[in-house]
Amino acid sequence: MSGNSWGRVGRLGYLAYCSAVFLFLTAPILVIVPLSFNVEPYFTFTEGMLSLDPQAYSLRWYRTVAEDPEWLRALANSLVIGFAATALATALGTLAALGLANPAMPGRSLAMSLLISPMVTPVIISAAGMFFFYSDLGLAQTYPGLILAHTALGTPFVVITVTATLSGFDPNLTRAAASLGAGPVRTFRRVQLPLIAPGVISGALFAFATSFDEVVTVLFIGGLDQRTIPRQMWSGIREQISPAILAVATLLIAFALLLMLVVEWLRRRGSAKPN
Amino acid sequence: MRPALLVLPLAAFILVTFVAPLAVMLGRSLYDPLVADALPETLRLLRQWDGERTPSEPVFETMAGELLKARRERTLGRIATRVNRVQAGLRSALLKSVRKLRSAPRPDSWREAMIAVDPKWAEARTWHAIRRAGERFTLRHYLHALDLDQAPGGGIVRQPPDLRIYLPLLQRTLAVSLGITLLCLLLGYPIAYLIANAPPRRANLLLLLVLVPFWTSLLVRTTSWIVLLQTQGVINDLLAAVGLIAEDQRISMIYNMTGTVVAMTHVLLPFMVLPLYSVMRTIPPLYMSAAASLGASFLQAFRRVYWPQTLPGVAAGSLLVFILAIGYFITPALVGGQSGQLISNMVAYHMQQSLNWGLAAALGGVLLGGVFLLYLVFNRLVGVDRMRLG
Amino acid sequence: MLLLSPILAGGGPLALAESLTMVSWGGSYARACEKAFYEPFTEETGIEVREEDYNGGLAQIRAQVETGNVHWDVVDMNMADAVRGCDEGLLEPIVPGDLAPGADGTPAGEDFFPGSLTECGVGTLFYSTIYAYNLEKFAEVKPSTIGDFFDLEKFPGRRGMRRTPQVNLEFALMADGVPLDQVYAILDTQEGLDRAFRKLDSIKDRIVWWEAGAQPPQMLADGEVAMTTAYNGRIFNAQVLENQPFAIVWDGQLLDMGQLVIVAGSPNLQAARQFLSFASTVRSMVAVGRYISYSPARQSGTALISTHLETGVDMKPHMPTAPENVAGGLQYDWEWWSDHIDEMNLRFIAWLLR
Repeated sequence: MSGNSWGRVGRLGYLAYCSAVFLFLTAPILVIVPLSFNVEPYFTFTEGMLSLDPQAYSLRWYRTVAEDPEWLRALANSLVIGFAATALATALGTLAALGLANPAMPGRSLAMSLLISPMVTPVIISAAGMFFFYSDLGLAQTYPGLILAHTALGTPFVVITVTATLSGFDPNLTRAAASLGAGPVRTFRRVQLPLIAPGVISGALFAFATSFDEVVTVLFIGGLDQRTIPRQMWSGIREQISPAILAVATLLIAFALLLMLVVEWLRRRGSAKPN
Repeated sequence: MRPALLVLPLAAFILVTFVAPLAVMLGRSLYDPLVADALPETLRLLRQWDGERTPSEPVFETMAGELLKARRERTLGRIATRVNRVQAGLRSALLKSVRKLRSAPRPDSWREAMIAVDPKWAEARTWHAIRRAGERFTLRHYLHALDLDQAPGGGIVRQPPDLRIYLPLLQRTLAVSLGITLLCLLLGYPIAYLIANAPPRRANLLLLLVLVPFWTSLLVRTTSWIVLLQTQGVINDLLAAVGLIAEDQRISMIYNMTGTVVAMTHVLLPFMVLPLYSVMRTIPPLYMSAAASLGASFLQAFRRVYWPQTLPGVAAGSLLVFILAIGYFITPALVGGQSGQLISNMVAYHMQQSLNWGLAAALGGVLLGGVFLLYLVFNRLVGVDRMRLG
Repeated sequence: MLLLSPILAGGGPLALAESLTMVSWGGSYARACEKAFYEPFTEETGIEVREEDYNGGLAQIRAQVETGNVHWDVVDMNMADAVRGCDEGLLEPIVPGDLAPGADGTPAGEDFFPGSLTECGVGTLFYSTIYAYNLEKFAEVKPSTIGDFFDLEKFPGRRGMRRTPQVNLEFALMADGVPLDQVYAILDTQEGLDRAFRKLDSIKDRIVWWEAGAQPPQMLADGEVAMTTAYNGRIFNAQVLENQPFAIVWDGQLLDMGQLVIVAGSPNLQAARQFLSFASTVRSMVAVGRYISYSPARQSGTALISTHLETGVDMKPHMPTAPENVAGGLQYDWEWWSDHIDEMNLRFIAWLLR
C-alpha cells in the first residue's frame, strides 16, 4: 500500500477519534434534554420515546418544578445571591484590573497571584475556612455571608477577562485624553470603558455563572433559607433523583448556552478589533 | 489615578473575605484550647507528674472536681470527645466515672474510686493522653492527617494498619489526578489541534462544542452521567437491548472509581483543550509543511517541530487540570460511591460528620500547601497574568 | 447590598408567622409524621412547622451549637445520638411537667416504656432496621435468616447497606453465629471487631451503600440490589402503598427507638416545648402508626394500634414490637454506641478505603 493511502487511513482514524471526543463532551449533556420530557418517571428512554410517539412525551416534570415552592424559592435565592455577588465582583474586579493593567503598578505579579487565588484554591478548603470565619462573625446562614463568599469566588474571572481586554489597550489613549484636559473619571468613562466593556460584561457573566452553579459554600455556610438551585439539585441527586431534576437541568443547559453565546459573541467582537 | 489605589479595594476584600478565613482555618489546625480551659488545675498538677506511675491523690481529686464542674456546665461530652481522639476508649472511661461519682457520696479516696470505675485510670498512658489533649498548641492534627501518632513516651509512630486513612487516600488522589490529567491530554490534544488548524468558521463551531460543557452547570453534568451510567441507565439499557450483556449482568459504571474518573475527565477536559488551543493557534501550519517538504514523515515532523512548540500549552493545561483535580469534591461525592472518594471528601467528612474540625483544618492545610506549591510552579511556567478564559 | 442585608438577614418573609423547624428523616416517615401530628399541631396552635431532612448523627447540631448559629428547633433522632448529644450539652433538658399523662390517665413517667425517657429526649416510636428482599428475585428459595443476607452463593445479587458502622457490625456478628445476648460483649473486643469486619469483607464488593432512609426501597424497586437493610416502616409503605413485591426478614432485626429532642439554644424554645408535649401524647404516637409501621413508646398506646388508614391493613403484625417479630431480634445498645461511635467510624472508613 502506498504511503498516501496510509495517510488517508490515518487521517480518517484521526477524524473518527476527534468525533468520539466531541461526542464524549456533548452527548451526556444532550441526552438529558429529551429525557426531561419523558411522561414516565424513568431516567431512560421508553419504547414510546424511541418510536417518537407524542404520547410518550409531556411537560409533566416542568409543571412539577413550576408548581413546587421549594424550587421557586431556590430560584429566587440563586438570583438574589447571583446578582448581588456579580455586581460586587464586577465593580471590584474591574477597578483592580484597571490598576493591574497600568505599567506603574508596583508588585503586579504578586497582586495578581493574590487576586486569582480564590479560583485555584480547592473550594472545599475555601468553604471550610469561610465556615469558621463567617460563623464567628455571625455571617453564616445569612444572605450577606453567601454573597460575600460568592463575590470572592467570582472576582478572579472578572479580573482575568478585563485584564485580557486591557492588554490590547494602548495606554497612549489615556495619556492623550489627560493631556486634552480630561479628568481621570471622564477619561475612564469616555475612553477606557467603551473599550473594555466586552471584557467587563464577559467577566460579569462568568461571575454570575460561578455563583449560579456554586454548591460547596452553600452547603457549608448556607442555611435552610438560602437554598439555591444547585443546593436543591445536590440533595435531589444524593437522596433520590426525581425526573423533575432533569427538567431543571434542561432549563439550566438552555441558560448556559445563552450565557456562552453572549460571551463568545463579545469575545469575537473584542478580538475582531485590531490591537 | 494611582494604580495601587485601584487594586486596593479588591485586595482588601479578598484578604478579608477569603484569606482571613483560610488563616482562621489554619489556626484551628494548630490551636485547640477546649481541654486546657476546662481542666486547668489538673493539667498544672500533671506537669509535675513523673510520667510513669499512677498520679497521686491530689491529681485525681482536682480532676474529679473539674470534671464534675464540666458536667454541670454541660461541656463534659465535648471534653470526652477531644480526649478520646487522642486515645480511643477514654470517652467512656470519663463519662462512666463522672456518672458514678455524681451519684455516689464523696469518696475517701478519689484515686481508689475512679480506678474502681475504670482501671484505665491506673495506667500512665491515660494520663499522657489527658496531658496531650490539654496542649493548647498542638501538631497532633497534622500527625493524624499523615496517619501518624505520638507514642505515650513521646516518639512518633505510624497508626496501626486498620486505622490508616489519609496517606492511602492522598496517594489515591494524586494517582487519580495524574490519570485524569493524562486522559485529558490524550483526549484534548488531538481536538485542540483539529480546532486550531480548521478554517475559522468551522473552528468557531468546534470551539463551541468544547465550551458547552465548560459553561453547563457542574450538577447538570453530574446528573447526566448518573442518567447515562447507572445500572438502569441509558448505556446499560442500550447494551442489554442489543444483547451485549445479560439483563442481570448490568455493568456498575457509577458510584465507584469509574464514575469519578469518567465524570471528572468530562468536567476538566475543557480546561485542557482551551490552553492547548490558544498555544496551537499561534503556531503557523507552515512549520509542519516545511518539515514535510524536507522529507520528514508526519510523526518525525510532529515530534521534532510541532510538539516542542506546544509544550507551554501542555504545561498550562496539565497543571490546571491537575490542580483542579486534586481538590475536587462535588463529583466524587455524588458519583464516586465508596471507592471513588478523594481527599477533599475526607475534609468534608471531618467538617460535617465527625466534627473533628482540627483534623479537617489540618487536612485542608496539607492540601492547601500542595496546591500552593503547584500554583507557584504554574505561575513560574505559565504566569497567572497570562491566564485566559474561553 | 448593605441596604438589603438587614432584610435578608431576617430570614425573609417566611419568618413572619410564628414557626419552628422540625428536623426528621424525610420520605414516607416524614410524611406520616406530617399527617399524624405536624399538621394537627399547626391547626391547634397556629405555629407553622417547617421541615428539614437529615440522616442521623449529631454533626449538624454540634456545628450549629458550637458556632452559635442554631436554626433547628426540634429533632427526631435515635437513642444513641440523644444521649450523647445531651452529654455534650447540645440539647435542652426535658421538663417532665411538659409531658401529658397516658391514654388511661397513667402519669407520663410511668406510661413511657422504661428507658424511653432520657435527660434530654422523649421517646416516641419503636422502629427497627431489618433486611428486605425482592420476592421476584428469590421466588423459590426465600431468605429467612440474618445469615442468608451474607450468603452470596445461595442468594446471589447486590446488597444495600447503610453507610455507617452501626447495625452493620451487629448484623455481621449475628450472621457469623454469635448468640444475640453476646453480640455487644464480643463487639467490645478487638478480636470481635475484626471478626465483624471479616464477615463484612465477605460481601464487601457486592455492597451498595445508602444514606437516606428513602433510598433502600427505591434501590429494591429499581433492581439496583437484590436485598437491602432498611427501616421496617419504609419497606412496609412500599408494600402497601406501591404494591411492591418486597418481603421483610425479621430475624436479626435491630430494635431502636426514636426520640424527640430540642436543640440547645433553639430560637423558638417556647414553641418547641409546646410541640414536644403535643408530639409525645399517646394520640400523636398512635396516629403515626396509622401511616407507617412504627409503634408507640408509651405502654398505654400498645392497645390502641389499629389499621393502616389508607388501605385498612391491620398494623399489629407489621410492628417491630410484635412478639413474633421481636423473637429473633436484638435491642440496639445505644449506650455502647454513644461511647464508641467515633473510633468505629474511623475504623469503618479505613475499612471502606481498603
